[in-house]
Amino acid sequence: MEFSFTDEQQMIRDTAEAFLGEVSTSEAVRAAMATESGYDPALWQRICAEMYWPAIHIPEAYGGMGLGYVELVATLEQMGRVLLCSPFYSTVCLGVNALLVAGSEAQKNQYLPQIIEGKTATLAYTGVGGGWDAAAVEGNWRRDGDDFVLDGVWRYVPDGHTADLLIIAAREAGSEGEAGIGLFLVPADTEGVDREWLPTVDQTRKQAQLTLTDVRVPVAQLLESERSDVSGAAWPLLARIIDLATIGVAAEQLGGCQQALDSTVAYTRERVQFNRTIASFQAVKHKAADMMVKVETARSAVYYAACVAQQAMEGGPLGAELSEAASIAKAWCSDAYFFNAGTGLQLHGGVGFTWEYDIQLYFKRAKSSETFLGNSAWHRERIARQLLD
Amino acid sequence: MKLSFSAEDEQFREEIASWLRENLGGEFEQIRSRGGPGDEHMYPEERKAWERKLAEGGWTCIGWPQEYGGRGASIEQQVIFHEEYARAGGPGRMGHIGEGLTGPTLIAFGSEEQQQRFLPGILAGTEYWCQGYSEPSAGSDLANVKTKARFDEEKGKWLINGQKVWTSNAHESEHCFVIARTDPDSVGHRGLGFFLIEMDQPGIEVRPIEQLTGTCEFNEVFFDDAECGAGDIVGAPGEGWKVAMGLLGYERGVSTLGQQMLFQNELDEIVQIARDNGAARDPALRQRIADAHIGLRIMRYNSMRTLSGGGNDGGLQKEAMIYKLFWATWHRNLGKLAMDVLGPEAEICEGGPYQLGRLQSMYLFSRADTIYGGTNQIQRNIIAERALGMPREPRG
Repeated sequence: MEFSFTDEQQMIRDTAEAFLGEVSTSEAVRAAMATESGYDPALWQRICAEMYWPAIHIPEAYGGMGLGYVELVATLEQMGRVLLCSPFYSTVCLGVNALLVAGSEAQKNQYLPQIIEGKTATLAYTGVGGGWDAAAVEGNWRRDGDDFVLDGVWRYVPDGHTADLLIIAAREAGSEGEAGIGLFLVPADTEGVDREWLPTVDQTRKQAQLTLTDVRVPVAQLLESERSDVSGAAWPLLARIIDLATIGVAAEQLGGCQQALDSTVAYTRERVQFNRTIASFQAVKHKAADMMVKVETARSAVYYAACVAQQAMEGGPLGAELSEAASIAKAWCSDAYFFNAGTGLQLHGGVGFTWEYDIQLYFKRAKSSETFLGNSAWHRERIARQLLD
Repeated sequence: MKLSFSAEDEQFREEIASWLRENLGGEFEQIRSRGGPGDEHMYPEERKAWERKLAEGGWTCIGWPQEYGGRGASIEQQVIFHEEYARAGGPGRMGHIGEGLTGPTLIAFGSEEQQQRFLPGILAGTEYWCQGYSEPSAGSDLANVKTKARFDEEKGKWLINGQKVWTSNAHESEHCFVIARTDPDSVGHRGLGFFLIEMDQPGIEVRPIEQLTGTCEFNEVFFDDAECGAGDIVGAPGEGWKVAMGLLGYERGVSTLGQQMLFQNELDEIVQIARDNGAARDPALRQRIADAHIGLRIMRYNSMRTLSGGGNDGGLQKEAMIYKLFWATWHRNLGKLAMDVLGPEAEICEGGPYQLGRLQSMYLFSRADTIYGGTNQIQRNIIAERALGMPREPRG
């Protein structure tokens, strides 16, 4: 059993840490988060052209690096640690995963090389009612001759206002639950697509609302693997994409969780009160220890989920655990991150409440990432159904 | 990352599993799954017979090097052994102090004469050991040992005076290892010796401690000029702390997956009760049951990291440092969950005057988990100081 990084994986992690430490400084994050797009296009170009990160788990057949989910997760962890402002998560965890899981050969050949070149993508499935399961899909599709026609409103779409390629989950008008769901590839400049940036509490992660009005999608843009003649049976594929994306969020949460601990320990070792550093008080040390328990358990959950995700993509035996591993990781990391960011803010004392110190940014990201793709209670209920019903 | 065991290890798994299937029955049926934490006072004679059976099969001390009579089993194989042992319902090991503490201590620090005298009895399951570390004023502050050892030139023996506490199986053991102060003027971890003492002698009195469960697994042990042979000190006088602490660095948590299997059995029982009595429909209990499941899964992943050597991901075995705090707190919460799932029935004993059911006993005994072996508070100090580099507590 080798449940630890290989030398190569460790190198990928270290390279990510070094690069991100340089480019995603506090100043860079604050500059990017203040813009509507939410990222620096020049940095995104470097990420694509120098680091090849969008290609990380795209198979070599499509021009990718052909690495696995463990390498992706190791990179995401470092991104979360520095609150990298970029369309990486939406493009890779939502866009690339959707194409890999549900795309036809023709679709993968067309779109994956574009993404490697720097095009961005995202996935929209939740309607205005919120929610993260099949019932959250509210927007409609209908057939019109050879085309599909999409109508509706999609909300909480990560980078939805800037992505070049939209992957839209819609349901056949009148269908319910897991039935009737189709996945469609919609270039953002398609006629009838209206995109609205939604200002967010966590400014490091941008969200948008998409309104589609009579958007015509040719059948070749239907994303249901090789079964392009079928429509309305895409839920199992979408569920898989969401599980994979959920593990991606958890990896970012792990990084944030670690940074909240590290910055808090560093601060308490400098701050002097009563003629001693506050890190010497047991009341402070014990909280820091609790934070480390969260970090290390979150790490175990995320790395395990990464191995499961890898097997799910390769057809390995552990792949059957995908949704359980995703829920375990997301439930645990959501609570861990919020605990660490909240406790970290508290241990920073007064400065934790200022705009100047970064712990507030982590506190906000902790909540936004907790909510996105289902909070801890939601994921625990998924586990409870598996155990108890 | 690889999450599976090798084919060779899987073959080892089949070997121990089939041996247990063939041998853990008949006269041993009654002690299946008995004698674990909270139940250690039960069936001592039968469990000793079982230890001898294990020894016949070559299944004691498998992690010891071959030249000392063990199998030299790899970490993976030791994990597999513990896992299969727990899966089969193997009884709580009477020999675990000798196998896990005395033996490795003697192999690392003992003289050849000590090894030859004491290791065979442990291997054969014929001689049992208890641990004399804690004292009334040396709990978390273990270095505050007051028990004294004085060398009597006339008798040519060490004389031990003092009191140990929380000594499990003291009345079932032939031997006790004891840390005692060889330098009467010393304080803290300096001036201690590590002694191997025969329990059957007039200078030793064992008194059971009645626990909140109403049962007695632990004892107080009183030493009143108890004798210890001149050659029965491990290391030199003054080196006792080094010897006592020396093994902690080697701890790779081989028994953790076996322990988790016992936890899984408890959780499965709670899930079954919840399904039967309707607690499974209570949204708050559903959340807590799911949380327990999640915590146990993560405990397993965490142990897998430890067993893989950790460190490689920048962790420096940090996952091993949090393990005690994590499992103890998890298990304590499981105890409370068990009672809440049982509902009003949780209060009703199996019989009089105070015969507790398995989950009731677990609920009460799990309060000890966050106290023994380093309290949660001490664990947090250790994590903060050793893993996070925060300032140390003042020490006397």
